[in-house]
Amino acid sequence: MIEFQNICKTYRVAKRQAGFGNAVKSLFSREYETVRALDDVNFYIADGDIIGYIGPNGAGKSTTVKVMCGILTPDSGTCLVNGKIPWKERASHVKDIGVVFGQRSQLWWDVPVIDSFELLRDMYKIEEKAYRRNLEELTRLLELTELLKTPARNLSLGQRMRCEIAAPLLHDPKVLFLDEPTIGLDAVSKIAVRKFIRKINEEKGTTVVLTTHDMMDIEALTERILLIGHGRILLDGNLEELKQHVSREKKITVKYTGAAPALSAGMKLRESKENQLTVSLDPRVLPVSAAIAAFAAQTELLDVSVTDISAEEVVAALYKEYRI
Amino acid sequence: MKAYFSLFRIRMIQGLQYRAVALGSVFTRFCWGFMEILAFSAIHQSGGGFSMTFSQTAAYIWMQQAFIHLYNVIDGDQEIEASVNNGSIAYELARPMDLYGNWMAQCLANRLSPTLLNCLPVLAIALLTPVPYRLSFPGVRATGLFLVSTMLALGVAGAIATLMHITMFYTTSQRGVKIIGRAVMGFFGGGLIPLPYFPEAFQKAVGLLPFASTQSTPLLIYSGSLTGRDVAFAMGLQVFWLAVLTMFGHCAMGRTLKRVVVQGG
Repeated sequence: MIEFQNICKTYRVAKRQAGFGNAVKSLFSREYETVRALDDVNFYIADGDIIGYIGPNGAGKSTTVKVMCGILTPDSGTCLVNGKIPWKERASHVKDIGVVFGQRSQLWWDVPVIDSFELLRDMYKIEEKAYRRNLEELTRLLELTELLKTPARNLSLGQRMRCEIAAPLLHDPKVLFLDEPTIGLDAVSKIAVRKFIRKINEEKGTTVVLTTHDMMDIEALTERILLIGHGRILLDGNLEELKQHVSREKKITVKYTGAAPALSAGMKLRESKENQLTVSLDPRVLPVSAAIAAFAAQTELLDVSVTDISAEEVVAALYKEYRI
Repeated sequence: MKAYFSLFRIRMIQGLQYRAVALGSVFTRFCWGFMEILAFSAIHQSGGGFSMTFSQTAAYIWMQQAFIHLYNVIDGDQEIEASVNNGSIAYELARPMDLYGNWMAQCLANRLSPTLLNCLPVLAIALLTPVPYRLSFPGVRATGLFLVSTMLALGVAGAIATLMHITMFYTTSQRGVKIIGRAVMGFFGGGLIPLPYFPEAFQKAVGLLPFASTQSTPLLIYSGSLTGRDVAFAMGLQVFWLAVLTMFGHCAMGRTLKRVVVQGG
């Protein structure tokens, strides 16, 4: 369970103009600018949920994660994770959470991965039996057998990321924070990581807070989305609702042989290629089945696909709508 | 406690990884030691009346070269510095472990592991050099006291180093602190010139500072410049500084972490 109430956090950032003269000047007097990273943030996450936490760069995502991990102390407001205030009871709080910062590494660079894992075992005081069991399971699910003996420096990014994601799960955390876990991964690794997160959530009931820019992650993993921009929570809802909120339109692509079909009321032409036609359809004017029937009546259909607006498009539209 | 030991262990393993570094270090230590001894030999030939004999000075310098990584306040903690600089400290803060102990364990290992590689070859060379320059053996008792004092010196060096790392939370770059640190340690800690070569009043005052509790005390014990009650006093001072510095470091870390901001995604 994670609860955020009226959390505010401001940073002070030193600023100066480019150039040597300004660099010298800043040795004597500096100008600071206050940045509101979090501005009255409120939300509630129940146990066992997977939450997609999205927002453009600099919106306050990582700040929120750091507050939940107990790394940052907010200026005001209250936050409870598993019934504890993260920054006040840091030591006992962090035992129950796991973190992956996709842009940083927690593995020791020059030694085999297994050495890093054993260090974590001792840091978290994991019992030998539980450690063995978790290690075996993680090794199987993420295919780590060969990787464990290799120094982190010799792993590819995808291999290293698999190890990075295994690391915080050795101590059975109740909450897992994933900060851009699929950044820079190829398609196969991304799918493997997503599948794994799903599985951990289903089998162990681990609450997962996922921040990402990859909407495929969101679509594959979460139902609920929190959208943050300029330090404020702008939207809190599930992906389907958001899609509806942005656009109810369906996209229909048909391949045909013969004469090009004419458009009915409620359809708008999106793209027309040889023997292929893409239209957007307002299902309130014309139901999808009727639209397909109309096409079929006019020409011989080879293939039909009906899709919603993609998550990527939803987010782009939301960013535009909220001017973030 | 086990966690700190594991951390110490992994750092040691990491420190023992690279052979070329060890080899280069042994060579440098030998050249540097020999050069210094020649310089002091010239000084001793030009006049007398120093409170340290030449053979004491030679012993001081050889032992200093053999254990240099152990005594150094500024040595081998690049990864701690980097973690503050690039923000991977975020991970350390998300561990159920006290960051002061975490850093201290790493600082100790960072000093001990190169010493293990370095000290025996340098000692062997020092024992093989021709007579006036050779490393002398002061007896079992003095050597025993030297080893105990060396361990205390390691603790004091680690504690000062950890304090310096804490300042990184304020300055971000460690360069300035390092330059100052290196000068102070070299001068007041007997790193450049053994303290007995300084005027007596200065020597007495400087001997009380924590810097002398790093390399000066054990090296003076080994070379025989400190004897009898002076040894007990100097080692007592080492214990005192170790306690004060770790306590101070602990408090400083606690205060600092309340205000830490880890920037960037």
